[in-house]
Amino acid sequence: MSALLSDTALIFGRYARQTLRSRLQMLFGVLMPLLYLLFFGPLLTDLPLSSQGSSWQVLVPGLLLQLALFGASFCGFGIIVEKQYGVVERMRVTPVSRLALLLGRVLRDALLFVLQSALLVGAALVMGLRAPLPGILIGFAFVAVLTVALASLSYTLAMRVSTPQAFGPVINALTMPSMLLSGLMLPMSLGPRWLDVLSHFMPFRYLVDAVRAAFVGAYASPAVLYGVLVALAFAALSVIFGTRAFRRAAA
Amino acid sequence: MPVLSASGLARTFSSKRGPVEAVRGIDLTVESGEILGFLGPNGAGKTTTLRMLTTLLAPTGGSATVAGCDLARDPVGVRRAAGYVAQSGGVDPNVSVREELFTQARLYRLAASEARARTEELAADLGLSELLDRKTATLSGGQRRRLDVAMGLTHRPQVLFLDEPTTGLDPGSRADLWELVRRIRAEHGTTVFLTTHYLDEADALADRLVIVDKGVVVAEGTPDALKRAHAGSPDASLQDAFLAITGRSPKLSAPFEQGGTPIAAPGDPSPVAL
Repeated sequence: MSALLSDTALIFGRYARQTLRSRLQMLFGVLMPLLYLLFFGPLLTDLPLSSQGSSWQVLVPGLLLQLALFGASFCGFGIIVEKQYGVVERMRVTPVSRLALLLGRVLRDALLFVLQSALLVGAALVMGLRAPLPGILIGFAFVAVLTVALASLSYTLAMRVSTPQAFGPVINALTMPSMLLSGLMLPMSLGPRWLDVLSHFMPFRYLVDAVRAAFVGAYASPAVLYGVLVALAFAALSVIFGTRAFRRAAA
Repeated sequence: MPVLSASGLARTFSSKRGPVEAVRGIDLTVESGEILGFLGPNGAGKTTTLRMLTTLLAPTGGSATVAGCDLARDPVGVRRAAGYVAQSGGVDPNVSVREELFTQARLYRLAASEARARTEELAADLGLSELLDRKTATLSGGQRRRLDVAMGLTHRPQVLFLDEPTTGLDPGSRADLWELVRRIRAEHGTTVFLTTHYLDEADALADRLVIVDKGVVVAEGTPDALKRAHAGSPDASLQDAFLAITGRSPKLSAPFEQGGTPIAAPGDPSPVAL
């Protein structure tokens, strides 16, 4: 157990330093949600969104999860480059814990996206967001758990492909429908019945609903409960898959 | 008592066109302190065999033990006993030499203070002391290779696996690396298992050769014995023996004769300039 912790800390430190070396890249992930906030957010302020709270309390939770969805899904790119340098195999021949090889990386990713989320919420407060602090913190926790899940899957896929060209299109094909069907931008309850029903098969929808509930202070609502259950189950499964990818050889 | 033995070691990959038998059943033993040359044409299964023996790739058949540890039952034991230097090395170009050596020592579970001491010791031993604070991207080909070997020696392994260690090196660095391999064995009694497709390298460095072709061992013995048995006389070239055994020559058996740069293997991201 202590070996797992120290291995994880070692891998986390290595990749945290890697992130710190590329400051610009650190901020890049926050750009897209920030643009939505600036140029899309103001369109919603007077619309009847049929939910509690202001339009910002509907939009910002979506943007937080959008940040995690797109950011974490593309994490695998880094490991494709590292595989080509032989760094992954050089680590895999050592006795280091395979779980730590994954966890060290995804925890770095989770920390990075939570920091970006804080930046985004800061900007949103300037734009007019008002939300209770516990709700915002719950939002950050969802960003962290979703990142752990998606980054694990992203690394799993990246361990199986040999070029970025084979990786990018798959991720794009998966993230776009996920964004649209989870109601990240606007609540699905606004849509026609069939779309609302369809979106219930998209796991991220429960996370979005949970963070929206948290942003209006409904911490003990069923929405938050379902969100927590889906997020934790998804993260646990993804970490199991991801660890297996590091245990077995890549293509 | 051999330090490494494999029997029927095999690996079949599945592909869209059906199963591909990369390694079809390797039987071999390596004695402690031996330098073994694992020789074969490209695609013979050398790297696949090495990746199995270092636990990177699970065999689909057969078994092997390294330093008394069974590959399937005790992979962690094998990892503690074996060092591996891949053809592509394994360092991040944006990380300093010191950080790479320190990290590797920590991955082998040395305490932080031990890892710092080991970093200095390895750097001094392999002529990297002046380079510790440089990024690995700034090293010359020969320096890079010494760093790669240092990474593989971090935990004082009983068996050091080197995958085509001199591919892409200039003649001077090549000679230096041969010297280094001999010195590692002489000073620490380390068993060295190296793959190569350079016949002169095999001839100069290895105590014994195992020649593989199409995933099986087709000949083995000392360089002299192979020359005598397959090319008629100990004065014959290993090239003649190799041709007689496999019916073809390995790619680029004498890489510098035509003044050409050896072609980097696909997937090797950083062919080292001459």
